[in-house]
Formats: sequence, C-alpha cells, structure tokens
Amino acid sequence: MRESYGDNTSVVVEGLYKSFKLPHEQHSGIKQLIINILKRKSGYEVQRVLNDLSFEIKKGEFFGIVGRNGSGKSTLLKILAGIYVPEKGRVQINGNLTPFIELGVGFNPELTGRENVFLNGALLGFSKAEMEEMYDTIVDFAELSKFMDQKLKNYSSGMQVRLAFSIAIRANTPILLIDEVLAVGDSEFQNKCYREFRRMKEEGRTIIFVTHDMSAVERFCDRALVLQSGKIKGIYSPNKAAAIYQRMNVGITNDNSASSNSSRWGTGDVKLSEATINNVGDTDNENVVEQGKDLYIDIKFKNKKEAKKVVVGLAVKDIYGVNLSGPNSKKVSLDSSSDVVFKIPKLSFVPGVYILTVAIYDEHAEIEYDHLEEAAKFTVINDGMEQYGKITLFGEWSQK
Amino acid sequence: MRELVITDFKLRYQGSLLGYAWSLLKPLLLFAILYVVFGMLIKLGTIEYFSVYLLLGIVLWTFFAEATNQGLSSIVGRGDVIRKISFPKYIIVLSTTISALINLVLNLLIVTIFMLISGVSFHTSAFMLPIYIVEIYTFALGLAFFLSALNVKYRDISHIWEIVMQAAFYATPIIYPLSLVISKSQTAAQLLMMNPVAQAIQDARYSLITHETATVSSLFGNGYFALIPMGVVVLIFIAGTLYFKKNSKYFAENV
Repeated sequence: MRESYGDNTSVVVEGLYKSFKLPHEQHSGIKQLIINILKRKSGYEVQRVLNDLSFEIKKGEFFGIVGRNGSGKSTLLKILAGIYVPEKGRVQINGNLTPFIELGVGFNPELTGRENVFLNGALLGFSKAEMEEMYDTIVDFAELSKFMDQKLKNYSSGMQVRLAFSIAIRANTPILLIDEVLAVGDSEFQNKCYREFRRMKEEGRTIIFVTHDMSAVERFCDRALVLQSGKIKGIYSPNKAAAIYQRMNVGITNDNSASSNSSRWGTGDVKLSEATINNVGDTDNENVVEQGKDLYIDIKFKNKKEAKKVVVGLAVKDIYGVNLSGPNSKKVSLDSSSDVVFKIPKLSFVPGVYILTVAIYDEHAEIEYDHLEEAAKFTVINDGMEQYGKITLFGEWSQK
Repeated sequence: MRELVITDFKLRYQGSLLGYAWSLLKPLLLFAILYVVFGMLIKLGTIEYFSVYLLLGIVLWTFFAEATNQGLSSIVGRGDVIRKISFPKYIIVLSTTISALINLVLNLLIVTIFMLISGVSFHTSAFMLPIYIVEIYTFALGLAFFLSALNVKYRDISHIWEIVMQAAFYATPIIYPLSLVISKSQTAAQLLMMNPVAQAIQDARYSLITHETATVSSLFGNGYFALIPMGVVVLIFIAGTLYFKKNSKYFAENV
C-alpha cells in the first residue's frame, strides 16, 4: 500500500467518514440520560458531516480547501490536525504537522505578552530553549516590542492577533494547517503575512489552507479541493475552484430569486412570463455569467391583448439598489415571436449579484403593460483578479 | 510535554498574586474556625497536640479536595484549547493535580512550623509520610481522570461531587478523633477506615504527630488490613485512567 503513495505525498486520506451525534436537547445531563432511557430514545441524532473523502496532498503543495459554511471544511481540518478522530477511513500524515485552527490558542489575558508567547509556543510544541531563541524575531515581526511586559488584556485585538500570528509562523514543521487566519489585521500586516506564506511555500513546505477568500486561493494555492455537503465536489486548479465555489454560492441566492417577493404592477395586457440571463453556450448555469463575455437577456411574454408592438425597458441594479443602466428597446414587433433578446457585448460589470427589472410598455411607451421589479437575479463571476469599483473598462496599459 | 505542565503551573501562579497566598490562607482559616469550634467549644475526645492533629488532617483533606475538584473541571475548563489543538489530554489533569500537590507541600511547611511551636517530638516514623501522600495523590488522580472525563458528558457531575465531598468530609475522621466512633461502634470505625483518605490521614497523623492516633492496624490489630484501602486506590486509579483513555479521543467533539 505504502509504496503506491511514494515519498512525495505528505497527506493521504482514504474513505474518510465522520458523523456527529447531535443531542436533541441542549443540556446534557444525567436527568436527560434517565429520561432517554425511560423513553427508550437515543437522545441524539446522527449527522454525517464527512462522507467518503479520499484525496492526496503532495509534498510542498499549497493545498486549498474551500466550501460553503457547513460543508465540513473545519471538521476535515480538525481530523487532519488529530483533534477529532475519524469515524471510518484512514488518514496518513507523513511528517510533523502544526495546526493553526485558531490563532493564539491558550492565550491568557492575565499574563503578559511575553509569558503568553512562551505559553502559546509550548502548546504549539516548541521547547523553552527554542522559544528563547526565536523570541526576538517574534516580537519584531509583531511590532510589539514596547508592549511585551504588559498584560494581554490591555492589548487591542489587532495586537493580540499580530502576536499570535508571529508565533504561529515560526512553526517549522513540514506540514502546516491554516484555517482562515488572514481575515485579521490591517492591510500592511496582511501583506506581511502573504510574504511569509510565499516564503514557506518556497521552502517547500506543505501548506493546507482552508478559506472563503477566493483571491487568496488564486494567489497561493497549487490545487484546491471543493467540498460540498461533506463530499468532495472535485479537486481543481485554483481558478477553476474559485469559479465553482462562486457558482455554488449563487445556487442559494437563486432559489428565492424571481417574482416571489417582488413588486409588480401594470395593466397586464402583455405580461412577462420569463426572463433569463446567460452566456451563450453555457446553459447549464442559468443566471450566472462571466465578465467579459457577451451577455444575453432572454425575455418571453404572454401577449393577451395581441398587441402589435411593444417597448421593453430594462433596469439593472446592484444589490444596494443602485441603478447601473436602464436600456429601453425600440418598438418591438410581436408579429412573428413573443421572445425578445437583449445582448450586452463584453459584459463590464464587476463580479457580484445584480438584479434585473423588466417593464413592458405600449408602442408609444405610455401605457405600462407590466412592470416587474426583480424579474431575475444574475451573478457575474470572474476567474481572474480581484476588482474594484462597479465596472471594468477593459483598458490597456502601454508606454509612450 | 513537561514544558506544558510547567507552563500551566506558571499560569496558575502568575495568574493572580493573591491566589498564591490564598492557597495557604484557606486551609489556615478553615483550621482556625474548626479549631475554635471543635478544639475549644466542643471537646471531642482528648488527643495530645490536637491543634496540629487537626491541622494535618485539614491540610491533607484540602489537598484531596482540591486535586479532585480542580481535576474534575480541568478538561471542560480547557475546552477552548482542546478544540483547537491536538495534544495528550492527560497533561491537563496531571498539571492541575500537580499544582494541588505543590500547595500541599507549602501547607506541610506550615504544619511543620505548628509542630515546632507545639513542641511535638519527632518520630522516625515521619519518614513514612511521603507514602501516605503518594497514596492520597494516586487516589485523587485516579478520581480526577474518571470525573473529568465523565464531566465532559454529564455536567451534573460537579454538583454531585460537591455533595459527595461534603459527605466524605464528615465521614472522614478529620474534625473528630476516630476514638469517638470506636466508642460507639467498632465496626463503623473499621468501615470508615476502608476509605483510603481516612486511612492515609490517620496513618500520617500516627507517624508524624502522636502514636495515640487510631490507625487501621490498631483497629484491626493487624496492619495488613491497610492493604484494602490501598487496593481501592490502585483499583480506582486503573479504572479512572482506562476510562479517561477511552474517552479522551472524543473530548474535542463533546466538550
């Protein structure tokens, strides 16, 4: 068995299952135990959190684990860290591993910064001699040399995190588990952390990184595992994983999209029956479109009055309700078909969720036949870099 | 691992300066109260050097109570760390009981001072004292392992244990001399002495303070009967350790 994995794997997971017993009542106690025995009730429900996971992580790989809340990411990480025991299956870790499930484990507010450094270091598996050697580097990195003899409770939360992170990155085990630690600190400190990650990566250490931050996945990871409801959806390249993750998130927002809680008015002579948004050639994911590609808004309506011509008005708003654009059609003849398409070439909206309002007027744009707020929602995704603002200009830089 | 025990200690003592002094003051104050009540107001038998006799009993009992009580809540109390880092859990229990042990050593210094003041003559049997301390410690550690693991599942344990300890305090000849029980019923006294803590306290008093102290050997007329409470200690320790070991894997999930 072992040979097939070779020497270049650092983590092997095979057929991993994990369930939790969830007690029916919050309070665990003897009273409850007796009641349950009397009622012949088990007293808990079994919830399967991880369902048959198998994967390998190579040595020196920066491996991302992404998934929505409740997909089992943290449980998986805790099993890898040896905090939870697997219910079934095998986890093989080749080499020492330091878990950073949370920064500053064991930090005590009553102790001074200095004492906490040593305490936390001991919990991370450093000897006292090692800690003394690293102490100055840690303090310098955290930029807290002035505060080390003060009690931790007098630190700001940012200072605490900086200190914790500075200790954590000293861990010199070949495998590191990192759980969303970058969500803290000011931007300069974050950049510092990123530099450290890069350094670790260059040193050839294996890093397992759990996060929601897709830009971090794209910047650092070699591969990323996407978890969905306790199962592996797949292991992908960072860009693809980010795109899939974004799509998974869209899935939920789409469930309660069109018309349910939207407002609608108009005479009803011509009624909108359906508005869909897509990139052509990608029909498996309706209402998810990629930035930079051509976008098609497909509008179908029921023509009760048998109107000859109508004018279709659209409004695209972002989730804050800011109207970004409101194109109206010219007179549309309904003789042949009651299906109108609006094409936006090379969509420039930045990634995010957008809401479409559709209105249908008579040919003079005087009588409003139908007006539907939130006729559809669509999500713009982009596999590339993070973007700022509302739209992308697709500009090009050059030098004179 | 050793590093962890030491660090936990440091935390305990550096956490608050007063806590350190209190651990000495508490048994002393308890002693003062009990001495006034049972030494001066209600005389329960005549024992030479009753004040030191009483103090030693209180100090040993306090040690036992502290080790089990703090051991009991140690795992749940350190839940935040257990949920986030994987390390041998027994260290937590061990370190709390060891800090109780350190308190005991300090308290024994006070007992020694009292002994000197009262003019208790030195017996060579005093060298037996460590054996009784080890006995109480092992008993407390075994119980702490068992109770701390149980407390993760059933939080009622701490309340139950509080009452058990209250009852056990009176069931142990600490504030009253054993002779009082013997005069009522020999069997009851013999039964009481099957409690390892009672046996150890009486033996410690015998070896350190006065040979008047009733011990297992004086009660049964045969010192081998002391093997029964000692057997109880070994049994509890093994059972407690095994139970802890079996359940410690799941602490992170349940705590």
